[in-house]
Amino acid sequence: MRIALFATCLADTLFPDVPKATVTILERLGHEVEFPPEQTCCGQMHVNTGYQKQALPLIRHFVDTFEPHEVIVAPSGSCVGSIAHQHAMVARSQGDEDLAARAEAVGQRTFELSQLLVDVLGVEDVGASYPHRVAYHPTCHSLRMLRVGDRPLRLLKNVSGLELVPLPDAEVCCGFGGTFALKNSDTSIAMLADKMRNVVSTGADVCTAGDSSCLMHIGGGLSRLRAGVRTVHLAEILASTSAAR
Amino acid sequence: MTTFLGMPTAPRGVGHLRGDDPFPVAARRALGDSQLRRNLGKATSTIRAKRARVVSELPDWEELRSAGQAIKAATMRDLGRYLVQLEAAVQDRGGVVHWARDANEANAIVTRLTQAAGATEVVKVKSMATDEIGLNDALADAGIAAYETDLAELIVQLGHDRPSHILVPAIHRNRAEIRQIFLREMADADPALTDEPRALAEAARLHLRRKFMSATVGVSGANFAVAETGTLCVVESEGNGRMCLTLPQTLITVMGIEKVIPTWADLGVFLQLLPRSSTGERMNPYTSMWTGVTPGDGPQSVHLILLDNGRTAALADPAGRDALHCIRCSACLNVCPVYERTGGHAYGSVYPGPIGAVLSPQLTGIEDNPTLPYASSLCGACYDACPVKINIPELLVHLRARHVAESSRAGRVPSGEAIAMAAASWVMADPRRFRTAQRAGRAGRVISKGGKISALPPPLAGWTKARDAPEPPAQTFRQWWASRERS
Repeated sequence: MRIALFATCLADTLFPDVPKATVTILERLGHEVEFPPEQTCCGQMHVNTGYQKQALPLIRHFVDTFEPHEVIVAPSGSCVGSIAHQHAMVARSQGDEDLAARAEAVGQRTFELSQLLVDVLGVEDVGASYPHRVAYHPTCHSLRMLRVGDRPLRLLKNVSGLELVPLPDAEVCCGFGGTFALKNSDTSIAMLADKMRNVVSTGADVCTAGDSSCLMHIGGGLSRLRAGVRTVHLAEILASTSAAR
Repeated sequence: MTTFLGMPTAPRGVGHLRGDDPFPVAARRALGDSQLRRNLGKATSTIRAKRARVVSELPDWEELRSAGQAIKAATMRDLGRYLVQLEAAVQDRGGVVHWARDANEANAIVTRLTQAAGATEVVKVKSMATDEIGLNDALADAGIAAYETDLAELIVQLGHDRPSHILVPAIHRNRAEIRQIFLREMADADPALTDEPRALAEAARLHLRRKFMSATVGVSGANFAVAETGTLCVVESEGNGRMCLTLPQTLITVMGIEKVIPTWADLGVFLQLLPRSSTGERMNPYTSMWTGVTPGDGPQSVHLILLDNGRTAALADPAGRDALHCIRCSACLNVCPVYERTGGHAYGSVYPGPIGAVLSPQLTGIEDNPTLPYASSLCGACYDACPVKINIPELLVHLRARHVAESSRAGRVPSGEAIAMAAASWVMADPRRFRTAQRAGRAGRVISKGGKISALPPPLAGWTKARDAPEPPAQTFRQWWASRERS
């Protein structure tokens, strides 16, 4: 299958290993990955901070870029959530019905990585090996906007050598929330403190999730505390093989 | 020529819909109170577990939620007609209906009716609407003492405190603190009072019983009002509300106009949704319903005050009006990770938590509560818990957009944030500009040490207060992809 990769602006710029891992997994499974070079950002930050007018050009650019592609994947629950659940809504509220209809169509064929693997490609064992004790944090938008359910866990359970440990209060938000982390940094940090306490309590050496943004928040806190737990994106775990080590 | 100036919002200077401080400031204060954090964490996790248990028992829970949502949406579309129908039905049964545009009018009506009854004190059923309009303060100004009879409202009143939760207004207090308040403020409390829940409840019972026996005026809110019959309904756990609704000669009910439901059958849906969502019970212990006056039984002078106080303004926003569907169950508060950590006082309004963040700014106008729509990480737990499926995260995003648009229309000088957002939009709308910005961002490597950045300049300084930031990598993904394509 030909699959267009939306790297997301954050991972493209700060966490390139995450889209690279996505490419590795899909190519290993025999698929062809394309990277439309015109891509930039989905506009989620603008929408969620109230700047719908400024989000509109980004949404239009996203739709223009990805409209020619049949299947689109992004290694982020929140970006896909924005594409699938906000793009058409914002276009409509800004009075662009034509863009709304196009955005809706593109949104319907844009998938978060675990959705693509399990639902579209029908794979739960991607042939990965990762001999570590891992706690999985289900990010809010993958859980409650996209309803990915236990798809990431099913993928992780098939990774050889990986010991999956249950994370207490896993479904509680880590406190990132985009610009919330800056506008309400004290509350954001209080939420993070509880998330970190739960992560550390599992004895895991790796905390994983399907969103680089949430992991940047959790990982940034763990790093500051020298907690001895690192954050690794789900895609990077699924890309790992014993040969690669 | 007429100029439409928008629907009137709740007036300033009266009631409790506005806080003294912006949310981030008030939240910061609350987060420093470790006892508060513990009290809230324990209470909300207990209620969450109870709710989850009783909700999972019902195979048709999702259908009930959809029914609740549909009834509310249909009612809002035709609210005027249902209110007039309710008014006629209440009058037919001997009740008196008053229309109050805002808090001041409602407070004046209750004061006038109490004075006409010759009373200098009233007993109160727990009611959000009367908290919202600051009725107790208004009555006190007129020399009338208002006694809260709901146990938690009593604790708040005796503690000279503010409610911090819609259902459990004293959720921020623990047993030891409540004992202290009773000993200090209740003249008739036993000095040997312990902090056993039974002992505390008994002290309150003895204290309140004297009020019930002497008061001639009762004041309540209403959970529901059935338009077709004129029936008002209050649900509660303690039975103190039932005392207030039946013993006094005069009963005055203050009800937000959005509480009307069309039919008796609709009530059946909400009486299943509400107790399970709020207290985590299959059914609440006391459900009181009254229809006008029953000669020789209960209050003989029955009044209903229909309160607007910004609700029509909320109704005028086709997206925002969904906040009026709220049945005040508090399920969204109990599952909210922000509320659980900051408590209700940080929201500055009697309506805290996720629903408060979308309701209060609409009642007051967003300019009076501009930080509340941002008091959420948009995690979505509230939407999943809401018994009438209010999409609170979407409403929050909508109100943020309204706030930004209204600030811009008001011609205020653009904030640093607005400038940054406009700049980011310009950069991100074009791949060449984006690549240039990525290259510029790599300058961040000079301030990084050991692969991480521990101090960022404003406006990102808030990030590095407690979080390291990643070092920008030597190569972006798109550079890697381009080099791979070439090879």
